[in-house]
Amino acid sequence: MIGVGKIKQYSNVLDKPLSKGKQEVSLSAFAFLFSELVQYNQTQVDNIAELERRLEDAGYAVGARVLELLCHRDKGNRRETRLLGILSFVHSTVWKVLFGKVADSLEKGTEHEDEYMISEKELLVNRFISIPKDMGTFNCGAFVAGIVRGVLDGAGFPAVVTAHFVPVEGQQRPRTTILIKFAEEVLRREARLG
Amino acid sequence: MPPVGPRSGDAIFANVERVNAELFTLTYGAIVRQLLTDLEEVEEVNKQLDQMGYNIGIRLIDEFLAKSNVSRCVDFKETAEVIAKIGFKMFLGVTASVTNWDADGTCCSIVLEDNPLVDFVELPDTCQGLYYCNILSGVVRGALEMVSMKTEISWIRDMLRGDDAFELQVKLLKQVPEEYPYKDDE
Repeated sequence: MIGVGKIKQYSNVLDKPLSKGKQEVSLSAFAFLFSELVQYNQTQVDNIAELERRLEDAGYAVGARVLELLCHRDKGNRRETRLLGILSFVHSTVWKVLFGKVADSLEKGTEHEDEYMISEKELLVNRFISIPKDMGTFNCGAFVAGIVRGVLDGAGFPAVVTAHFVPVEGQQRPRTTILIKFAEEVLRREARLG
Repeated sequence: MPPVGPRSGDAIFANVERVNAELFTLTYGAIVRQLLTDLEEVEEVNKQLDQMGYNIGIRLIDEFLAKSNVSRCVDFKETAEVIAKIGFKMFLGVTASVTNWDADGTCCSIVLEDNPLVDFVELPDTCQGLYYCNILSGVVRGALEMVSMKTEISWIRDMLRGDDAFELQVKLLKQVPEEYPYKDDE
C-alpha cells in the first residue's frame, strides 16, 4: 500500500509539531472559499446588519486562534498587555502573517479617545468583491473586523470593531477602514497603568 | 507557432498570487464551525460542504484551463493525473497521487498526504460522521462536470479519522456529449 511507513501517525493534534506558518495556497483558492462563506451566510439572513454580524462571528473565531498561535510561535508565549502594544501587534504581526504585509496605517481617532483605525488601501478579502447597489454599505471587511475583535478580545482588550469603506480622492476604489472602539474598562485600566 | 504544452503545477503555483495557508485553514475551519452550529446534523454539514465545493468547482475550472494550458485529455486516466499533479498543486500548493485504478479505467483514487485544510484540526467525538474535507470532493465533481464528466466521489481514507492519508475515490459515471447551450431562436 502506498504511504505506509512514510507518515508518522499522531494520535493527538497537540503532539504534532507546530508548523512554521510558511506554507501558502493560491489567492484564488482563498477567494473562492471566502466567496462561499459570504454566499452561504447570505442565505441565512434577511438584512445587511445580520450578514455583517455573521461574517464578523466567523472572523472572530479566526482571530481568537490567530492570537493563540502567534503568541505561542512568535512571541514565546507572551502577549501584549498595553493598548499601543496590542494595536501594533494587530497592525504589524497579525497583518503580516495573515495578509503578507503590514497594514497601510494605524491611526488614533480624532474625535474620540477610545477609537483607533487600521486602514488598508485594498483589503485582501475585498479584492474580488463588488457590492451590488441594493446592498448599500455592506462591507465584507466585517470578516476582518471579526478577526481583529477576536485577537483583541482574547488578549483582554474587548472592543467593538467595524469595517467601513472610505472614499479616497483620485482612486476608483475606496479603502477599507477597520474602526476599533475599545470598551470603557480597557481605557480605565490603561489610565491606571499610566 | 509551435503548440504550447501544459505547464507544470509547480510553475503555475510559483507564478500565481498566494496567501498564507493558515488564513485559508482557519477560514475554512470557521465555515465548518458555522455550518455545524446552523445545521446541527453532521450529515447536513457534509452535504452543504459538498455543495459549496461544487459551486467553487464550476467556477474554478475556468481559471484552471486558462492558466494551465492543458488541452483535451485523451482518457479519464490522463484527467485524473492532471487533477492530481496540476490542479491540486495550482490551487492548494500540494501534490496528490493517483492510484487504485479499476480494470476498465473509470475509477481511481486520488491520494493526498498533505492537506492544508486540516492543520490544527481534530474531530471531536460528536462529529465522528463528519467528512471535514468534503468541500474538496465537491470541487472535483463540479470542475469535472463542467468538462462533460459526471462523476461520483467518495472518501476512502481520512487522516482525521485515523487513516494514514486522504484518499478520494473518483468514479466516472458518464461522459456527457457536448452541446451548445444556446438556441438562436429563443
